[in-house]
Amino acid sequence: MARIDLDLAHAYSKNPTQDSDYALLPLKMTFDEGGAYALLGPSGCGKTTLLNIMSGLVTPSQGTVLFDGRDVTSATPQERNIAQVFQFPVIYDTMTVAENLAFPLRNRKVPEAQIKKRVGEIAEMLEMSGQLNQIASNLAADAKQKISLGRGLVRPDVSAVLFDEPLTVIDPHLKWQLRRKLKQIHHELKLTLIYVTHDQVEALTFAQQVVVMTRGRSVQVGSAADLFERPSHTFVGHFIGSPGMNFFPGQANSEGYHFAGRTLALPAGRVLPAGEIKLGVRPEYVELVPADSAGALPMTVSMVQDVGTHVMLSAKIADFTIKARLSSDATQLSPGDTVWMKVMNEHTCFYKNEEIVP
Amino acid sequence: MSATIKPVNQKAWFLILPVLICVAFSAVMPLMTVVNYSVQDIISPTQQVFVGTEWFAAIMRDEELHGALLRQLVFSFSVLAVELPLGILLALAMPAEGWKSSAVLVIVSLSLLIPWNVVGTIWQIFGRIDIGLMGYGLHALGIDYSYTGNPVDAWLTVLLMDVWHWTPLIGLLGYAGLRSIPDAYYQAASIDGASKAAVFWYVQLPKMRGVLMIGVLLRFMDSFMIYTEPFVLTGGGPGNATTFLSQFLTQKAVGQFDLGPAAAFSLIYFLIILLMCFILYNWMQRVGTQEKEGGHE
Repeated sequence: MARIDLDLAHAYSKNPTQDSDYALLPLKMTFDEGGAYALLGPSGCGKTTLLNIMSGLVTPSQGTVLFDGRDVTSATPQERNIAQVFQFPVIYDTMTVAENLAFPLRNRKVPEAQIKKRVGEIAEMLEMSGQLNQIASNLAADAKQKISLGRGLVRPDVSAVLFDEPLTVIDPHLKWQLRRKLKQIHHELKLTLIYVTHDQVEALTFAQQVVVMTRGRSVQVGSAADLFERPSHTFVGHFIGSPGMNFFPGQANSEGYHFAGRTLALPAGRVLPAGEIKLGVRPEYVELVPADSAGALPMTVSMVQDVGTHVMLSAKIADFTIKARLSSDATQLSPGDTVWMKVMNEHTCFYKNEEIVP
Repeated sequence: MSATIKPVNQKAWFLILPVLICVAFSAVMPLMTVVNYSVQDIISPTQQVFVGTEWFAAIMRDEELHGALLRQLVFSFSVLAVELPLGILLALAMPAEGWKSSAVLVIVSLSLLIPWNVVGTIWQIFGRIDIGLMGYGLHALGIDYSYTGNPVDAWLTVLLMDVWHWTPLIGLLGYAGLRSIPDAYYQAASIDGASKAAVFWYVQLPKMRGVLMIGVLLRFMDSFMIYTEPFVLTGGGPGNATTFLSQFLTQKAVGQFDLGPAAAFSLIYFLIILLMCFILYNWMQRVGTQEKEGGHE
């Protein structure tokens, strides 16, 4: 196990001149020993590149990778002693399940008795004990992916285990199980786990710390609660939550916040720099309030969706749509009604140039 | 009419008539002609005697045929034994991308584009001790080489010629197989700490299995029917050291005009190829995929 420090940038082209040439913009990051991390972001945001740089499959074009303070920037995956599980199952066709699981250990000349014990444990953990003697190529895709996971976990002394969207091919029911399994394994083995995904539920349930990435840069590192309560970048607000955060472009000055011809008083003790400021509020924190309440805006209902446990309300004010998650008793509303929505409260965040105003 | 009964239209049979006619003229009738010859003694175009299985019995006991069959089997398996590993090595050595890969692909395919009789002629000249580079070179090294006089030299030259002509086919097939392996396999193997040999044995070879199987079948069938190249190079000699089955058959049918035995042998020849391919195919299908006994409890 090791602490991983990154201070690097990476471009696949030889002479990067502008930001868009970089797969990863300069970033600094630390992954602590024994932590469970997730790299979360849309496709093409550089998360897989970052993972491959950590495992040693890709050498960063600038900067360094440190494992426990040791420079491993140009070390091979073997020298880094890292395990990685890929998006699609990689199995050795001619081997049995047991041989597949034993392969990383055999290559490192671990004594046979120890291999047998360890393979047994991992198979038990993945509930594959009954299939150990089957030829791996004849198994279904999810069983193959379990083998790949098993090969990632079989070495007890790895620096870190990296997962590159490993549950893509697994069906939803099993996905849930395997994710719990991984969490449990993390508790039992105390391995450093780094998990790449574009699925926020997967990232938030799996990891203690989530790194949100977009367009080659990491925009926020934090716990699930941090990302939900105080997204430090509008992208995080958009990306986390379903639906994402509501944003309104307005102006701030000493009197308060101005938007769509109205002035909203700021929460007590809150001061904003004057100028263009975006207001961000989660659909979960938008309230239905009586007319002319403080911090509220009048809006026209455009859509009411009853989801069973709650109601998703879409309402419009001056071309901007707000989404609100309301309790089920809001079902009597219908499109065209005017409602007052409270958007200013202690959960409201403000953004200047897409970055949060502290 | 009830909905459960499908309407029957016998006219549909006419639609398969063109195929039936094509197959009849291209395959069934020529084959039946051969069958017809194989059970008759054709004395002259108007005089024929039905002889039953006599030709089959006679040809099966023919010592010359036994010799040719044995030479053929040894030759075909030697071809496979040399071309398969060499082709795999070639595929592994070929560059994966860039202009080098295109250039190498073209160069490697060159020998495949040369007509058989030209290949024979090339080697006939190449092996001559007076003007051929190989023959002259070997002679200069003090090796008493002569593909026209020495049966072993002749046999080896035919083998070398076939290896030169057809190894690129295995190489190209193997190359196609290698290129279809996703990068993740190499990355996973590198992370699992696999050596180069292990990567070859557990990743590359199993993934090339499908195309190599096609290669083996093609090379086996082709080499089993080899005719033009040794005919041009050695004419089947010296003696009958390089007389393989096709040439033996041609000598019978065209040289001696023994149509009956030649037809009988044609059928046997066809069955041998069919049988060998069936055995090879099934064996290769099974290699490396059977359930392993014992192992982990």
